[in-house]
Amino acid sequence: MAEVLVLVDHVDGSVRKPTLELLTLARRIGDPVAVHLGPGADEAASVLAEYGATRVLVADAPEFADYLVVPKVDAVEAAVAAVSPAAVLVPSSSDGKEIAARLALRLESGLITDAVDLTAGDEGPVATQSVFAAGFTTRSRITRGTPVITVKPNSTSPEAAPAAGAVEQLEVAFGELATGTTVVSRTPRASTGRPELTEAAIVVSGGRGVNGAENFALIEALADSLGAAVGASRAAVDAGWYPHASQVGQTGKTVSPQLYVAAGISGAIQHRAGMQTSKTIVAVNKDSEAPIFELVDFGVVGDLFTVVPALTDEVKNRKG
Amino acid sequence: MSLRIVVCVKYVPDASGDRAFTEDLTTDRESVDGLLSELDEYAVEQALQIAGSTDGAEVTVVTVGPEDAEDAVRKALQMGADKGVHVEDDDLHGTDALGTSLVLAAAIEKTGYDLVVCGMASTDGVMGVLPALLAERLRVPQVTLLSEVAVADGAVTGRRDGDAASEQLSASLPAVVSVTDQSGEARYPSFKGIMAAKKKPVETWDLDDLDIEADTVGLTGAWSAVEDATARPPRTAGEIVTDEGEGGKQLAGYLAEHKFI
Repeated sequence: MAEVLVLVDHVDGSVRKPTLELLTLARRIGDPVAVHLGPGADEAASVLAEYGATRVLVADAPEFADYLVVPKVDAVEAAVAAVSPAAVLVPSSSDGKEIAARLALRLESGLITDAVDLTAGDEGPVATQSVFAAGFTTRSRITRGTPVITVKPNSTSPEAAPAAGAVEQLEVAFGELATGTTVVSRTPRASTGRPELTEAAIVVSGGRGVNGAENFALIEALADSLGAAVGASRAAVDAGWYPHASQVGQTGKTVSPQLYVAAGISGAIQHRAGMQTSKTIVAVNKDSEAPIFELVDFGVVGDLFTVVPALTDEVKNRKG
Repeated sequence: MSLRIVVCVKYVPDASGDRAFTEDLTTDRESVDGLLSELDEYAVEQALQIAGSTDGAEVTVVTVGPEDAEDAVRKALQMGADKGVHVEDDDLHGTDALGTSLVLAAAIEKTGYDLVVCGMASTDGVMGVLPALLAERLRVPQVTLLSEVAVADGAVTGRRDGDAASEQLSASLPAVVSVTDQSGEARYPSFKGIMAAKKKPVETWDLDDLDIEADTVGLTGAWSAVEDATARPPRTAGEIVTDEGEGGKQLAGYLAEHKFI
């Protein structure tokens, strides 16, 4: 059976959930072969094997952390040469998309980014994408070379399917471009203790109506009562009330949770682009004309400063 | 020192319009008004700021697109860029991102450059891969997705805010940079800028001018193909209640009913 390369997204060997989703999708096309770059391969290998990696190609070198993107392109290119895969799947992170793009060019192969689903087709994998602010769903395939496809988080549920996960060393020779951009320093993002925004089953977001950084405590309290991630509209981020890393929308994160709670968000196209593929949407807004109400499964026209705390209390009561 | 800055911009259908596909499954660029991609305004702004703090800097705006795409170049010239290049050719219809990077890279090399500045993504395709592709083709460093950028002493530095960490980056010129919507608000063209832009030169090049074979671009040269495009059925509005003291409880009831609590 053909093999499918999956580039592992991890933090020091702790494998992030989207990688497990990619392994699950890869099995529809062939046998997943994971590519683990950087430290922590031993820790990662057992998880990767559990989710179906038949082999785990590993390489560690200071270049992966010290220089931007290109060393990883060199490594995945080496993995492609070693494996001759039927496709290469890469997580749709900022790094992932740039790695995939450069790899596709080197392989003279087609590129599809931000797939939300993947199936096997007669002429190679077929990728589903959500485009034009989720106004359209397209299905596309690569017509030349080795398909290189980046896949968004939450595209499928990770399913365990234990495989051998044999660890093999990958030989990587770095090219002259690899050391072009130096990572002078790296400051890890402080953990909020909440689920990752793009991976969360429930997202609670606040917008202009929250009216101040200090009031985001209300949004956070509701999120914590539901075990949710916290998001923010561009208006709230631009106003400096919440960090850009939490922005949901066209220029921020695209989320597709089981439940999206929009508080004080009008629902401009910019925001809708980032959340309208959510399974269930509910909203609280004092303006009954707000476009967000066109999207919701359940909406409350009212003041979020009374409705949100009441909701939080009721959630806590019901959860006991 | 002199500094040749090239800003890549895209003419896109207005995101607030009803964007759609044409029969050949390419982006419909007729039925919705086009404009300079909002995210490219940040690139123009940063290019102008860098140029403003460097003696002998010149900002050239480059676009690849149909006839109307010159509007995007004009807007950037109104903001303050010095000159424009518009690559236009009927054979470019349906070109994918890889092909666009081929054409842009050729246009950038023909123009001459020390620094290429791009937006973080277009607002229509939203792939966000073009800057990386240009760096690969031009064989220069990519310093991308910057929320802060500065150029000094033949090097570009900046801050890249990723999901897991914030990185401080540095590379020697020439280099390709992309900037995010966090890099600083873009200026509006002034009346003076609008008048001055009318006299600024815009060169129009076709594929022959760039020595690019027609069959390497366009729909035939694309390495991926859209098989079908389906409009997402509009979400049907659900139940809306007005809070009269019970709104929070009613919403909790809905969430419980649907097993979220």
